[in-house]
Amino acid sequence: MKIGLFIPCYVDQFYPQVGIATLQLLEKLGLEVNYPLNQTCCGQPMANSGFEYKGENLIKMFEENFQKYQYVIGPSGSCVMHLKEQLSHVKSHLADGVFEICEFLTDILNVKELPSEFPYRVGVHSSCHGLRGLRLATPSELNENPSDKPGTLLKMIKGIQLVDLNRKDECCGFGGTFAVSEEAVSVKMGTDRIRDHELNGAEVITGTDMSCLMHLDGLLKRQKKNIRVMHITEILNGNNEVK
Amino acid sequence: MVSHAKNAEKFTKDLEKVDWHDATLWGARSKRDLAAKSIPEWESLRTLASQIKENVLANLDEYLLEFEKNALLNGAEVFWAKDGEEHNKIVGDLLVKHNINNLVKSKSILTEECHLNQYLEDLGYDVVDTDLGERIIQFAKQPPSHIVTPAIHVKKEEIGELFHQYIGTEKGATDPQYLTEAARGHLREKFLNAEAAITGVNFAIAENGGFVVCTNEGNADMGANLAPIQIACMGIEKLIPKAEHLGVFLRLLARSATGQSITNYTSHFFTPKKNGKLYIVMVDNGRTEQLGREDFRNSLKCIRCGACMNTCPVYRKSGGYSYGYTIPGPIGSVLAPGRDDHEYASLPFASSLCGSCTNVCPVKIDLHDQLYKWRQQIVKNGNVDQSKKWSMQMATYIFEHPKLFRFMGKTARLFMRLSPRFLIYNSLNKWGKSRELPDSPKQSFRDWYINHKIR
Amino acid sequence: MSSREEILEKIKKNKPVGAILPVIPDFPGDGEELEKIFEKSLIKNSGNLISTNSINDIHEYINKNYSPAQKICSLIKGIEGNVDIEKIADPHELKDLDLVILKGEFGVAENAAIWLSENTMGFRVLPFITQHLIMVLSKKDLVENMHLAYKKINLKNVGFGVFIAGPSKTADIEQNLVIGAHGSRSLTVFLMN
Repeated sequence: MKIGLFIPCYVDQFYPQVGIATLQLLEKLGLEVNYPLNQTCCGQPMANSGFEYKGENLIKMFEENFQKYQYVIGPSGSCVMHLKEQLSHVKSHLADGVFEICEFLTDILNVKELPSEFPYRVGVHSSCHGLRGLRLATPSELNENPSDKPGTLLKMIKGIQLVDLNRKDECCGFGGTFAVSEEAVSVKMGTDRIRDHELNGAEVITGTDMSCLMHLDGLLKRQKKNIRVMHITEILNGNNEVK
Repeated sequence: MVSHAKNAEKFTKDLEKVDWHDATLWGARSKRDLAAKSIPEWESLRTLASQIKENVLANLDEYLLEFEKNALLNGAEVFWAKDGEEHNKIVGDLLVKHNINNLVKSKSILTEECHLNQYLEDLGYDVVDTDLGERIIQFAKQPPSHIVTPAIHVKKEEIGELFHQYIGTEKGATDPQYLTEAARGHLREKFLNAEAAITGVNFAIAENGGFVVCTNEGNADMGANLAPIQIACMGIEKLIPKAEHLGVFLRLLARSATGQSITNYTSHFFTPKKNGKLYIVMVDNGRTEQLGREDFRNSLKCIRCGACMNTCPVYRKSGGYSYGYTIPGPIGSVLAPGRDDHEYASLPFASSLCGSCTNVCPVKIDLHDQLYKWRQQIVKNGNVDQSKKWSMQMATYIFEHPKLFRFMGKTARLFMRLSPRFLIYNSLNKWGKSRELPDSPKQSFRDWYINHKIR
Repeated sequence: MSSREEILEKIKKNKPVGAILPVIPDFPGDGEELEKIFEKSLIKNSGNLISTNSINDIHEYINKNYSPAQKICSLIKGIEGNVDIEKIADPHELKDLDLVILKGEFGVAENAAIWLSENTMGFRVLPFITQHLIMVLSKKDLVENMHLAYKKINLKNVGFGVFIAGPSKTADIEQNLVIGAHGSRSLTVFLMN
């Protein structure tokens, strides 16, 4: 099984520990993982701003970087969703090979246990693109049999206490350039999500997308709240130092 | 040009009101969830409703003709209006023809879209909206801020003041029971004196020429069933092929809107009442154009339940008026650019593309995908400011050149690490107005990878 | 070109192709007693249900809750009111009615909607203009859901028909539920064995 590691541009630059956790987690599960060195961005920021056409070269670059891999795994539901869509537009075989890390662990690897420990009260932020785009879990709007891939994995972690939220999968208001172009609403949405986690006693907010967590973290730090954010791969990989 | 972001910023300043607005509409969304989950076949119903509407759109001309034929057989008169102006003129002319002095009107978003009230008031008519919410905003001289609960943004203290001023309730009275009772008395008088009643249409049935109007208050019925002249105004997309399809739509409509299993009154009008007249006005007003837009025609399936507004976090936290269009929220942001993609260019961007709207839509309109597609269209048509275009161009260029990307990344991180706070947090940095930027690590992931895995 | 032709022309030009109508299943429920489902639905809609075997119970209910001075109009055989619908020429004369008693043609369990057609109500405005409404429904006339309801309704020769599922209500003032907006202030359903 040849695995290509896709690390979103902002994770590469600002959250290397998330890339490291993803890589280590996959290696611990016995996989051979390579990180192609010339990757940059999937093109989603441009596309969501109305400049989808500008991403054409970026998708070509992605294909070149990852063409020899059967699976491409990334720690982001949002980027993976965008890649899947764009790759299927250009009829690339990679469209079916790109996975968000949690769905890869549950659906392809059938992971049943993880040796990690994380003795904290954790609130899960269900990032929308992973949730509603990739169906990492059943969105609260739908009358379907409930499933929850990130939750299934987190429940394998020793000592973890998952908190219930009042609004279990409401958007945090990051939304890419939305966070800046609709600053006021974005900040209000994020603040309200934090309040929900806070009211329900979360010490750590985790999720499948560092971008949403970056937005929440920015608010938490400005508001001097004693809640930390961690990417789900960090917890699954056993990083239990809450900074 | 409407700037949703600017309007929204104003709305968010009154935190107490925003929180109330948000919680109230979330309440509607929660009730909708409970109702949807009480029906095992809910998702199948949504699919069926979408398929029926698909069929309607593919045969709309034939269904309209079938409806017209049957409505005429029922004794109704049918008018076709290509736009809002013509619609208003038809209604105005009917009122003049019948020497109407007093008229009542029940809720119709179509007539809001056409600005009928303004037109009739200019002709000298006192238009009396009879839905309680609509009467409230009529007193306040405001448009609706939500299509199902039009006065959702008005607090009971403000309503008390309006009622004191217009219908003589006690000053300072805010009890909803008392205020509603006062409105009942006030509007009963209007119903009894009305010579004409205007209603909207929820569904028009091609096979029998009838139409259905849903209310909880019974105001459409009090109006239409008392006044000798009844005028029903409908968008041409309100057609459904057969009465049996009502079974599907009525199971979805109220549950999606408010979580009720059905509205307390679901009236089916076929013939004019005894000694009365029944007129039906069918309006295009941009719908046929939207039908021709392959990416956006699905929006014509809308049954105006308002569920996408209730679930939309942006709508809940920015209010209906921030959209500057008759229909706010996700569906409004899909419809408005079809009317004018310059004026309403900001609306498709008033979304985090979270996709919740698509999931609650009872007719499965792919709302967030359409918002995404409008963004592409709006940029293509040049309705985007230069600075955004330039920054996107620059970003793309950087991402297309991995070495440059790495250099820029490293420089930015270094700058963020070493610069004094005022250089980073200033008016140019919108992110940093209420949020901290992430810490800037010395090493990127790639740097780490080369150090640990390749060397 | 008239607007009619123009609209039809534009539709012809712009409409998508195909898309056949789906078959609508009946979606039968899990066998729970319809009467129980109906009652739960009605209560949710702020209506009252009284199950009874005898028309006397309706008499008793009316005598207990209404005075002879109040205007009562019944369209049900065996229950006398004091307003004779036959003598009414104009529906506006119904404005002072306190109570109307009508027979529901059938009821829908999933939402407590009761079907009435113009043929059974004399004047279209009758069930709306009254202050209070009683509907009498036979238990055997309950159907499970709206799909079955539309199979049952005969819309031929009906000028007007309505599903009534509760009293008139509104929540337009800060979402506070208030019963008695414009139409009847209460709905009491007598479900007859």
